[in-house]
Amino acid sequence: MKKDQIPQDDANLLEGKTRDLCYAVDENGNYITGLSTGWDPKNAALQHALDFFNERAEKVKEKVIKGKLSPLAYFMEARYMDAALLADYMELSKRVVKRHMKPKFFNKLEDDVLKEYAEILRIEFSDLKDFPTS
Amino acid sequence: MQLNFEHHQSAHCENGVTSNLFKFYGIDASEPLIFGMGAGIFFSYLPFVKVNHAPGSSFRPMPGLVFKRAAKNLGLSIYRKKYRNPKKAMRDLDEALEQGKPVGLQVGVFHLSYFPDPYRFHFNAHNLVVFGKEGDNYLISDPVMETSTTLTSKELQRVRFAKGIFAPKGQIYYPVNVPESVNLEVAVSKGIKKACSDMLGIPIPFFGVKGIKKLAGDVRKWPDKHGNKKAALYLGAIIRMQEEIGTGGAGFRFMYAAFLQEAAQVLGISALDELSEQMTACGDLWREFAISSARIYKAREKSGENYAASADILLQIADMEKEIFTGLKKAI
Repeated sequence: MKKDQIPQDDANLLEGKTRDLCYAVDENGNYITGLSTGWDPKNAALQHALDFFNERAEKVKEKVIKGKLSPLAYFMEARYMDAALLADYMELSKRVVKRHMKPKFFNKLEDDVLKEYAEILRIEFSDLKDFPTS
Repeated sequence: MQLNFEHHQSAHCENGVTSNLFKFYGIDASEPLIFGMGAGIFFSYLPFVKVNHAPGSSFRPMPGLVFKRAAKNLGLSIYRKKYRNPKKAMRDLDEALEQGKPVGLQVGVFHLSYFPDPYRFHFNAHNLVVFGKEGDNYLISDPVMETSTTLTSKELQRVRFAKGIFAPKGQIYYPVNVPESVNLEVAVSKGIKKACSDMLGIPIPFFGVKGIKKLAGDVRKWPDKHGNKKAALYLGAIIRMQEEIGTGGAGFRFMYAAFLQEAAQVLGISALDELSEQMTACGDLWREFAISSARIYKAREKSGENYAASADILLQIADMEKEIFTGLKKAI
């Protein structure tokens, strides 16, 4: 890759928080470093993966709206987690976390437990408590 | 309290932490040099290991190995400790800082507040350096970020005790017994030899040049075997490992080419300059592979021909890398 080919295809995936350091050769053939805001094939690969996960989460969301699963099940999927990982963070058994995926048990959870879930899932307490059901 | 530690941005977190920590102790080694001395260039393709629903692949060795090898080849010892108790882990960090030591930490990125959101997966082998503390804020040098940043003690404790695969368990590390002077020549030759044996000599078909060939064969079969949706996800996962995780472009191939240029100077072997050029050309081919593959996951349609085109490029790359590493073996 030549210095002037360092791509600047910004798809806002880095959210302006940083740029990637790249290695490229200058006009004399010596290696230098430069910063890139993104590269189209790379952006597309990440976007494709994000869409794939999003699609899975949306399917779970439908079940939450129908009252078959609790909001926790949706946010777990949306945050690329499974029950084992979430249980590990909560310091609970997987069995207990799985039970919280059922509306019947979820609705009885104390606010403190919901707050802990919310923090781990990087969402607001109200996202869990007042999940829109329509 | 702030140590006299300089933040330099790097492409990859582990190389960057290593280079920045070593610089603090007077060993002036760039990211490419650390990467080369640590034999960082690699390829592995593990179809039976699924990561985020796609086959596992990597363009570098296991996390921690580059640091370990670079330190060993330079004659440095490394202090490392993992923890069960988060309070103790934070206390030890504070103590090391008070003793004037910048501290390397393994962390997870999912709860890393300054990281761009789309990149915050459950990846737990990220590295950063803590180089001071002001009130409740730790001064953080995360080498993939352009500038240094801060985390509160609560935020730092959370990322140090991230859960899942490669859970960091609060791991801290820093150099101890740093020698007065280091022998770069020896470290560079050792690093190159190790890279050659990793890329050419592992007798199972998932690693090095053989791994690239194996991947080529599988890419050709993916659309018929798994359908286009899964096959596109699989291909995208390879490209993400190649470009996204701080490789400096082309799965570390450009960074390695930069290393070979430096190595030519250190060792006074001009053949390494030619091999660097070849490695650059090889990196350009990896970029071609990404462009060819992007056509597939962007189009989202059945396109067996495109998979074959990507696979053909991989075979070309495999031949080229075989030639380069054979040449390197001879040159050293």
